[in-house]
Amino acid sequence: MSKVIEGLYYTESHEYVKVEGNFGYVGITDYAQNQLGNVVYVDMPDVEDVVTAGEEFGAVESVKAASDLISPVSGTVVAINENLEDNPDLINEDAFANWIMKVQLSDLSELDNLLGAQAYNEICK
Amino acid sequence: MKHTFYEKLIFELSQKGRVGYSLPRNQFTDYKITDLSDSLLRKTDTILPEADEQTVVRHYTIMSNNNFGVDTGFYPLGSCTMKYNPKINEEMAAQSAFTALHPSQPIETVQGALQVYYNVERMLSELTGMSEFTLNPYAGAHGELTGLMIIRSYHIKRGDSKRKKIIIPDSAHGTNPASAAVCGLEVVEVKSTPNGTVDIEDLKPLLGDDVAGMMMTNPNTLGLFETEIPEITRLIHACGGLMYYDGANLNPLLGACRPGDMGFDVMHLNLHKTFSTPHGGGGPGAGPVGVKAGLEKYLPNPQVIKKADGKFKVEFSKDSLCSVSFFLGNFSVILKAYAFLLSVGKEYFKWMGPLAVLNANYIKESLKDIYELPIEGLCKHEFVFNGLKDKSTGISTLDIAKRLLDYGFHAPTIYFPLLFHEAMMIEPTETESKNTIDVFIATMRHIAREALENPGLVKTAPHDTPTARMDDVKAVKEPHLTYQSYQP
Amino acid sequence: MAMNYKYFPHTEDDIKKMLQTVGIEKLEDLYDEVPESIKFKRDYDLPNSKSEIEIRREFEILGKKNIPLICFAGAGVYDHYTPAVINYITQRSEFLTSYTPYQAEISQGTLQYIFEFQSLMASLTGMDISNASMYDGCTATAEAMRMAMASVKKANRVLISATLNPAVIRVAETYALFHEINLVTIPENNGVTDIDFLTKELEKGGVAGVIMGQPNYYGIIEDLTGIADLCHAHKALFILNSPAATLASLRSPGEWGADIAVGDAQSLGLPMNYGGPYLGYFCTKEALVRKMPGRIVGGTTDTNGQRTFVLTMQAREQHIRRQKATSNICTNQGIMTLFATIYMSLMGPKGLKEVNEQSYGGAHYLHDQLLKTNLFTDAFGIKPFFNEFCVRTKADIENIQQRLLKNGILGGIRLCRNQMDDCLLLAVTEKRTKEEIDLFVSLIQEGEGK
Repeated sequence: MSKVIEGLYYTESHEYVKVEGNFGYVGITDYAQNQLGNVVYVDMPDVEDVVTAGEEFGAVESVKAASDLISPVSGTVVAINENLEDNPDLINEDAFANWIMKVQLSDLSELDNLLGAQAYNEICK
Repeated sequence: MKHTFYEKLIFELSQKGRVGYSLPRNQFTDYKITDLSDSLLRKTDTILPEADEQTVVRHYTIMSNNNFGVDTGFYPLGSCTMKYNPKINEEMAAQSAFTALHPSQPIETVQGALQVYYNVERMLSELTGMSEFTLNPYAGAHGELTGLMIIRSYHIKRGDSKRKKIIIPDSAHGTNPASAAVCGLEVVEVKSTPNGTVDIEDLKPLLGDDVAGMMMTNPNTLGLFETEIPEITRLIHACGGLMYYDGANLNPLLGACRPGDMGFDVMHLNLHKTFSTPHGGGGPGAGPVGVKAGLEKYLPNPQVIKKADGKFKVEFSKDSLCSVSFFLGNFSVILKAYAFLLSVGKEYFKWMGPLAVLNANYIKESLKDIYELPIEGLCKHEFVFNGLKDKSTGISTLDIAKRLLDYGFHAPTIYFPLLFHEAMMIEPTETESKNTIDVFIATMRHIAREALENPGLVKTAPHDTPTARMDDVKAVKEPHLTYQSYQP
Repeated sequence: MAMNYKYFPHTEDDIKKMLQTVGIEKLEDLYDEVPESIKFKRDYDLPNSKSEIEIRREFEILGKKNIPLICFAGAGVYDHYTPAVINYITQRSEFLTSYTPYQAEISQGTLQYIFEFQSLMASLTGMDISNASMYDGCTATAEAMRMAMASVKKANRVLISATLNPAVIRVAETYALFHEINLVTIPENNGVTDIDFLTKELEKGGVAGVIMGQPNYYGIIEDLTGIADLCHAHKALFILNSPAATLASLRSPGEWGADIAVGDAQSLGLPMNYGGPYLGYFCTKEALVRKMPGRIVGGTTDTNGQRTFVLTMQAREQHIRRQKATSNICTNQGIMTLFATIYMSLMGPKGLKEVNEQSYGGAHYLHDQLLKTNLFTDAFGIKPFFNEFCVRTKADIENIQQRLLKNGILGGIRLCRNQMDDCLLLAVTEKRTKEEIDLFVSLIQEGEGK
């Protein structure tokens, strides 16, 4: 039974964004990390990269699979989670605590297009 | 028997001062490499080992004992066509009349080599219904890339530069979209029907004047014949695209039908699959590319041309937009395939497909009571089981594959195609006897029983192989890609 | 019906029983669903099946139409000696008839020699890592070009030196055309790369990679001092293409500061084989591993704690990433990798150096003897070369090559580029004796009435 946190926004492709003011922390959900298995590498964007909602911003790799990461939001990357460089399996330990990128949001209205916790939960069933 | 001394890397068997080579006395001692300016010389040592000849021979001989080949046992590997590799082929390709030729030799000194090239090209054209072949591509994926380059060349030369999309079934082998990407094409996926064939209704909306063509294989990756192929090719041609045939699955068609007759315009073959050249642990292969009339001028350079006087020359055509190889491809692989083509001949190519297909259907019918067969009916040269019928055992396709190794079989192709989660694709080829196949069937039944009676044994298999299951997560997380990385 | 063919084991009885199990009457019924319009109903227009004796005869006839020559040609393919051990081991069917080592437990032989090859090539090139091989040096270089574009952000072109082997340039240009990479040629300046042009291009910015050959096509060992730093200052990758054997004696790509080392390892004892199979190699720095194409073998342990080898980092490859893969390569050069690994193991550091000394010595001896005839001059003035060099002559090259050919000698390669058709590219290896070289020179002198 995967963990789903209230108050976060979700995509159908199993990314989440945790909004704090004008910033969003983006990562993959507990369901996603479970599906992937042991995460061995996270291909992260660079700081200052521009990301667009609905477009690929990186990838997550396990031994036998690789999954593209689709950004839920548009904006500029202001930070990436450097812990994931040496310890990508932190995502398996706690997907929600170990976000991948921090984005300065350019369009808060995009959040309306995303799923709430309950709707996302339905998808995972 | 465990070789505790020799079970090492060659570097660990190295001993300073040993030599494993012999060279004549240097007749040119007046000249020394150290005459060169110091800045051009190598300063750091290499890790090349110092070993005597016997140590080297023992080392690699023992390593070969930890390997499995077609000569060791049956490979039911779907989509790989692991048929017997005839030994006469090896001998013919090893003759110095062929191996000692430098590619820049004047053509009057290599007419035999060029004739082989030409003869193979003619025979492959006849077997596939294509007009002409190039034997330059080094492997199947390389052939795919070359074929796509030919398709793009055709459109570019027509002044139609919009056509950047290529339609590929979602059941396709990974090299198809990968080759398309290398060729600068955008992949558009077409869905499969529940029985695994191309969904024509899903294809129709994808057609347009920006479509370069479609890549397909027939039979498809589930071993099913795409009966709608005439309609599919008609649709693609109608929108101005070309049809590409992935020849990895050609084996079952020999004796039955030809890609050229099905409406394909460009195709590749795998000499190391259908035409018996050895897989070599991952190569060298050869991926000849054939084209229909009108597309010959786009074949890659260089090309072998037969002159009016019957002799051969090597040419660089100005119409071609591509060159994908150093010279004429993996020549000794082509020689091996030629020996095979000569051996099989007119009489036996017509039975190659039917016998391979008979073997596949025989295995399918003999095991479908205990393995889940998602698609009923006659298959071609290969078919897919979706794991055991009895899901309660918790035994996965991976476990079954590993347990098969204990019984002296290579595993089938597993977890491909992606349409079925516990996919196990089996292709027996025509060179396997009924005896071998019966033992394989009995073994698969035995493992199914073990799954119920002793699942732990199956889950931790293999037990009887040079190594046990290994930690491939660790291999990625703590990479050791060279011997040097193990040194402190 | 009985097949009576040694590669078809089925007897009439086997076929009957199997048809019964499948529930059909005859083999033709297996193709019932194939539309009639596309069924192939006639006989193949092919020669009749040949027995082994007849196959031998056919190859003998064809073989007689080929004339192996005493080879003084190079241009990327070198007539080095193949030790007897190599064929003996690479012909072992456990190696030769094996498949790609996806089932690692029964493929430790294959995986281990690939691991040894990777280690040896990384060491030889002075890089951190190597892949399991590419098809040849040309495609390896083309893939390096693609890797540079994929690794360097905001780059829009790759520079390639005109002094590389024309086959390498042809293939790189092909991949560039279809992949839509802007490949800019750095012109040559008297036989070497025009460094001024290179510098100006880099200063413009946006260069992903710079590809050069060492030694270059003319056999010249170029002075690459400062090139790597120049590239890095402008965020470009430095890619060096070398024939593998030379790396044992010349300054390695790693020592020159290269980021990617590619080329062909045919010179590691692989036969000339009229164009293939050869052996592309691809080595790079650890930081770039995820952008590197091709298979990679890694070390790990099994459940018993034993050191084992396995295909790793597969998430870069076509069967997982599909159109996002680093490359489409699947089958590579397999057994040729074993070939080169055994060669390097037998020759060791001393052997490779000795091969190089003799090749270097023979080439310089031939060079000096040719210049002494007063019929030849250095094509590009005095430049350092290894075992290959380029000379210009006022004599009739066609005549010279024909005369040599009549005596069973391949007299190098006549260049066919603009204003250079009076030039000859010659290479010497440890297989060439002083007697052969003296004969070469005397035949030319005879022909010119000297």
